[in-house]
Amino acid sequence: MTYTFDAKIPAGPLTEKWDNYKQNAKLVNPNNKRKFKIIVVGTGLAGASAAATLAELGYQVDAFTFHDSPRRAHSIAAQGGINAAKNYQGDGDSINRLFTDTIKGGDFRSREANVHRLAQVSVDIIDQMVAQGVPFAREYGGLLDNRSFGGAQVSRTFYARGQTGQQLLIGAYQQMARQVGLGGVRLFNRTELIDTVVVDGRCAGIVVRDLLTGEIQSHAAHAVVLATGGYGNVFFLSTNAMNCNVTAAWRAHRRGAMFANPCYTQIHPTCIPQADETQSKLTLMSESLRNDGRVWVPKSPTDNRPADQIPEAERDYYLERLYPSYGNLAPRDISSRAAKRLVDKGQGIGPLKNGVNLDFAAAIERLGLDVVKERYGNLFEMYERIAGEDPYKTPMRIYPATHYTMGGLWVDYELMTNIPGLYAAGEANFSDHGANRLGASALMQGLADGYFVLPSTISSGLAPLLGKSMPGIDHPAFKEAEKQAKDRFAGYLNTKGKRSPDWFHRELGKIIWDKCGMERTKEGLQEALTDLPALYNEFQTDLRVTGTGETTNQTLEKAGRVDDFFQLGMAMCQDALSREESCGAHFRSEYQTPEGEAQRDDEKFCHVAAFEWTGDPMNPKRNVEELVFENAHLATRSYK
Amino acid sequence: MSHLKNLTLKVWRQSGPKDAGRFETHEVAEISDEASFLELLDVLNEQLISENKEAVVFDHDCREGICGTCSLMINGVAHGPQRATTTCQLHMRSFKSNDTIVVEPWRSAAFPIIKDLMVDRSPLDRIIEAGGYITAVTGGAPDGNLIAVPKPVADAAMDSAQCIGCGACVAACPNGAASLFTGAKIAHLNRLPQGQPERYKRAEAMVETMDEHFGSCTNHGECSAACPKEISIDVIALMNKDYRASKFKSRKEISRG
Repeated sequence: MTYTFDAKIPAGPLTEKWDNYKQNAKLVNPNNKRKFKIIVVGTGLAGASAAATLAELGYQVDAFTFHDSPRRAHSIAAQGGINAAKNYQGDGDSINRLFTDTIKGGDFRSREANVHRLAQVSVDIIDQMVAQGVPFAREYGGLLDNRSFGGAQVSRTFYARGQTGQQLLIGAYQQMARQVGLGGVRLFNRTELIDTVVVDGRCAGIVVRDLLTGEIQSHAAHAVVLATGGYGNVFFLSTNAMNCNVTAAWRAHRRGAMFANPCYTQIHPTCIPQADETQSKLTLMSESLRNDGRVWVPKSPTDNRPADQIPEAERDYYLERLYPSYGNLAPRDISSRAAKRLVDKGQGIGPLKNGVNLDFAAAIERLGLDVVKERYGNLFEMYERIAGEDPYKTPMRIYPATHYTMGGLWVDYELMTNIPGLYAAGEANFSDHGANRLGASALMQGLADGYFVLPSTISSGLAPLLGKSMPGIDHPAFKEAEKQAKDRFAGYLNTKGKRSPDWFHRELGKIIWDKCGMERTKEGLQEALTDLPALYNEFQTDLRVTGTGETTNQTLEKAGRVDDFFQLGMAMCQDALSREESCGAHFRSEYQTPEGEAQRDDEKFCHVAAFEWTGDPMNPKRNVEELVFENAHLATRSYK
Repeated sequence: MSHLKNLTLKVWRQSGPKDAGRFETHEVAEISDEASFLELLDVLNEQLISENKEAVVFDHDCREGICGTCSLMINGVAHGPQRATTTCQLHMRSFKSNDTIVVEPWRSAAFPIIKDLMVDRSPLDRIIEAGGYITAVTGGAPDGNLIAVPKPVADAAMDSAQCIGCGACVAACPNGAASLFTGAKIAHLNRLPQGQPERYKRAEAMVETMDEHFGSCTNHGECSAACPKEISIDVIALMNKDYRASKFKSRKEISRG
């Protein structure tokens, strides 16, 4: 039987849908809000802003983070900026243009209504964050400054030096901290979600593990919001923080929540290339660098001269050559693949020939050293610390790396999963970026979901529950979930094999990167789907976790996360295999234009693929939500 | 090209808050120049697991110097020898082959040790909860460009807003004071026009919460020297000025009745 999705898209013309929704939404009156408990898991941009706003509205909020402090969430690492259709630069921007850019950037694989709402609330986010005291960059007149970003022809990106994510996260964190101080939010730190509980088809709460004592506890609520980020760490080497994981979303998936488009994983074009085998993560250099940096490789693969000794005529500024109108600002997927092709051809630079040049010599000449320092100083310093080279003198070496995951839990227009009472926000859901996300749009979506969308939509789900009794943590479903969790963690400890969780994670990552990374083929994916179950089997029999489960044990935490990454990896490969087209970040070699660009198949694949858990990770059920384009014109992307 | 180094690590091991703790010595062979300090600990942990021993617990996350999670005393210096650098951004280039490196957790009365190299820094969150924010309920904000902020003010606010909350300032302070952390937040918010309505109330609440948990500042300046974001000690002067003023302002407001 095929599952029928109801995305609950409101009626009316696109531009009026969000207003129509809010006008007709069920509300909970202020005195009744305190009778509802909402659990928010994750305290990044989406989680912190949701927790703060819901508490301001009067709901009882319990916020959970596995970090020692909510301020550590990985939103903090976003460098470049946040988009908003303010048109402060008077360069022709509008809500409709941001909508169109996002739909086009996502290669027509996202929902129009969601994306339009995102563009609408983008302007409110800037106002809110300014009011919070976020020190955005300013012009000398005191007004807000903007810069341009990949995939757009206007300057709509607001920024705070190269630390925009940090400043926005701290803003949202402070707003939540205020609520913690006032008693509106109860904060549970160093506590990790390990299961969600569903009673009679409705989400009743969560099961968590105290990372200091290993104690397993249940928490019941009227609604649960998962704002737990993306799953890029399935690749082992990615720009994600070490603790980013898929567990919360995956455990919800195993309880019935659909997981949409797992194969849409974004490769970021500007990261520092891998230096050696012990490397634990890759570091991103903000995409904003492409505003002033020029990307090139030597024309000859055998040219090993230092960059400054290679004459202009012997350099290939390939992005400017291939995509003259966007040049160095071509979207992420396009820039990434272009770099990969040249490196594969042997034109890479650096000791391992695994990078391309991002050169600031021309910018320094044009703008002067001071301006370049002002714009990118901290990024240059960061690069020098990691790579040991001075980018004011030598071009940066960059190469693509996994960065963001567009796929995630399927949600409707209200950001509710297909399990009533369970919501997903920010990177954890699949909603707004389609097959590829534009730069500076992740911060926008996280804050849109947390500040403006969820607080308006969650009441519709809560209002009908007023006065009804809800299952408590003594309900057998909670007890059963607790027991399963205890058994699972005891199992990791008792396997007593030979390999550490990190070893398995690294091996898993190699398979996913090779076969389900920047470029995918039917053959490769089939190989991955043979190799993954074999390695997973080894994981289940040869895992070694030392220490005990009754105290802080990071090896044990890691084992649980790697387990879930294995299962997700299988779903990713299945999704990539069954999507017989190329779109956005999903590039199947078999489906490309003569110029080597992604070739969509709108006849067969203009839909969301949402996977349903069947108990066997190798055999999930593929469901489909058709996408309808009434406003954006379905067209082949061209950035030429 | 990268060089390989052999290092001896003297690592603090402590099974829990009540354990006395001790140093354990381990050898790590052939570690590359390109490896970060935390990757060195990864290698050590893989080694320990292969010997069926428990891995060393340490806090870490983004490994790009921005989340503020990593927190190690390396040879007695918070975040190690390289200036303006977090532990995760410290690379093996900073060490010589056959060096002995002493690795300890933050040591401060306000940061009890949880296990091995992991400490509890939650008192820093309590300071923010007391007043380290601007009250602006979601939904009511005016247009962003209605509040003009002179560029030098925005830049100065940003300089102190860069604090990553790692706690190195506290760990480096002989008194275990958190004045640099608290001062940085007060300087960020109290400099901005948006921060003016709550300026003195904020300074008062934050300073008094800080004093409940941390030692007193005697202007050693170790905090600023250890700060990976090079936050200037000037923020402490600004904090003290606003705190002093808060006491008069409050009196005035009360006397107005």
